[in-house]
Amino acid sequence: MNSNLPLLEVKNLNVSINENEILKDFNLTINKGEIHAIMGPNGSGKSTFSKVLAGHPAYSVLNGDIFFKGSSILELEPDQRSHLGIFLAFQYPIEIPGVSNEDFLRLAYNSKQKFYNNPEVDPIEFLTIIDEKLKLVNMSPLFLSRNVNEGFSGGEKKRNEILQMILLDSELAILDETDSGLDIDALKTISNGINNFMNPSKGILLITHYQRLLDYIKPTYVHVMQNGQIIKTGSSELARELEIKGYEWLQ
Amino acid sequence: MEANVGTRMGIFEISKYQLSRYNLLFCSKITKKKLKDLNEVDPELLQTFEKLGISLTEQKRLANVAVDAVFDSVSIGTTFQDELSQYGIIFSSISEAIHNSSSLIQKYLGSVVPIGDNYFSALNSAVFTDGSFCYIPEDTICPLDLSTYFRINDQNSGQFERTLVVAEKNSQVNYLEGCTAPQYDTNQLHAAIVELIAFENATIKYSTVQNWYSGNEYGKGGIYNFVTKRGLCAGTNSKISWTQVETGSAITWKYPSCILMGENSQGEFYSVALTNNYQQADTGTKMIHIGKNSRSRIISKGISAGKSKNSYRGFVNVLNKAYGTRNYSQCDSLLIGNQSNANTFPFISVQNSTTKIEHEASTSKIGEEQIFYFLQRGIEIEKAVELIISGFCREIFVELPLEFAAEADNLLTLKLEGSVG
Repeated sequence: MNSNLPLLEVKNLNVSINENEILKDFNLTINKGEIHAIMGPNGSGKSTFSKVLAGHPAYSVLNGDIFFKGSSILELEPDQRSHLGIFLAFQYPIEIPGVSNEDFLRLAYNSKQKFYNNPEVDPIEFLTIIDEKLKLVNMSPLFLSRNVNEGFSGGEKKRNEILQMILLDSELAILDETDSGLDIDALKTISNGINNFMNPSKGILLITHYQRLLDYIKPTYVHVMQNGQIIKTGSSELARELEIKGYEWLQ
Repeated sequence: MEANVGTRMGIFEISKYQLSRYNLLFCSKITKKKLKDLNEVDPELLQTFEKLGISLTEQKRLANVAVDAVFDSVSIGTTFQDELSQYGIIFSSISEAIHNSSSLIQKYLGSVVPIGDNYFSALNSAVFTDGSFCYIPEDTICPLDLSTYFRINDQNSGQFERTLVVAEKNSQVNYLEGCTAPQYDTNQLHAAIVELIAFENATIKYSTVQNWYSGNEYGKGGIYNFVTKRGLCAGTNSKISWTQVETGSAITWKYPSCILMGENSQGEFYSVALTNNYQQADTGTKMIHIGKNSRSRIISKGISAGKSKNSYRGFVNVLNKAYGTRNYSQCDSLLIGNQSNANTFPFISVQNSTTKIEHEASTSKIGEEQIFYFLQRGIEIEKAVELIISGFCREIFVELPLEFAAEADNLLTLKLEGSVG
């Protein structure tokens, strides 16, 4: 595969849900080593875009295409996209009663191992792997025996998402408002985790409402989205300007 | 002649259902002569046992389980009798017990479920052919889990099993009952009776995995499973615990119950009922509190997929002398797809003011979002559903013996194949 190909290329994408058009002629290219931040008012289509990338079945793509490392992924199921290297950190992580976090994480890890014809790891080997990752997000091993996201605080849920991202080591991480609802310490922990994860062969798409996350994670580009389109692109300076002037300034 | 069942079922009045009993052959014996050796057993039956991880062979001895295999109502092989008899434990077919332990049978058979209790108990009492009998003497803890495997084999043969378990003072026993049935096209009736009696300080734990043929995907065929199960906590501090995993049968009506007569006696009911396609399950329990400080606990989990109907129907009855009694009930339903049906009918009657009763119920749906979360993490859909279901049933499965728990987990996955997605 040509290593100069963009990691993600979205071309003229039109997406609807229940016959409402959410994304309109949407374009975005993310190269390896780049961090893109998408900001924008509520309802502008940011979360929709993240879910469409991951292959959520509720949305229909009317037009356009999504290329991941040069090949179209529109026809791929969400689990196949995950194996290829797309990770979505959920804005509202889902609770799964009765399923331990450890089992869930191991299953996710082994699914990927299996996909790449690597040997699956047994529960004991897995403990050594996960133990090391837990430290990166400052989580206690005790939390492995709890049920997935059940009874987790907002901060714990978000840290769990970052833990999964680090564990699966995906090439493209989409973080949907991972910073919302976090106190300043949790924000630092999570930012450390993300910075640790990032390297020149990966890409990150941050969806956020706040400039403060970008103090810790420096974006290559900042995009502003409105009515299903990117209306302005700039450097990290743009985020600072928006924080002061608000979105109305762009209209 | 047609029997109108609904009016005979007392408070468990079920939508009127007509059953022509002349369409059923009452008793079928595979052979007149009793088989002497396990080698004489139909290899197909042995294979079915094998598939479910059950074998009558030496493996089983190692696994510490004695098996009384009932094949078309006739016991074909009873193992471990010698070993158990060293403890004074009797574990045999009812037919043998009638000859060898006739005084016990006379004393206890029909003492918990009287002949005229309901239509199906009358039918069973009139025509039952065989079943299992288990007697644990005083001060004895049964060293093995006792297990019976049933299977319906002949077409059009109604099965009328009879099970009687008696646990004397200070004794304990775990009893496992599992059912599998091969596919048949015509409806078959299964009307069994199970009676448990626990005396002072005795504990009986009775676990069932039921997987009779449930009919095809259009609702044709399948077993009618109308079973009367009841336990009597006769003595002080006695305890009876029912655990069931119901996955098969076209129609299931089954309410394993406890009569809590002894002071401080305890009744438990743990249930998972799964229905798919056109199956109907109406199951639950009755806890009759008579003794002081008696306690009961009900945890019921219903999973409905396809166009099936799944109902919990329970009755907690606290009589006027039952001071200081407690009941806790929890009924959870999980819906798969948008054509299935889940109902909860809890009846509670309390005649004593010192009683504490708690009831919780929830209904949820396996959601697109939950599945999407698994998929996004690279976990395939079948595995995702399997995990969600087994998580939902976790509280019940921990009550099952270990090997049964794994089997039950597999069974649920198998039954739901292709129903989500």
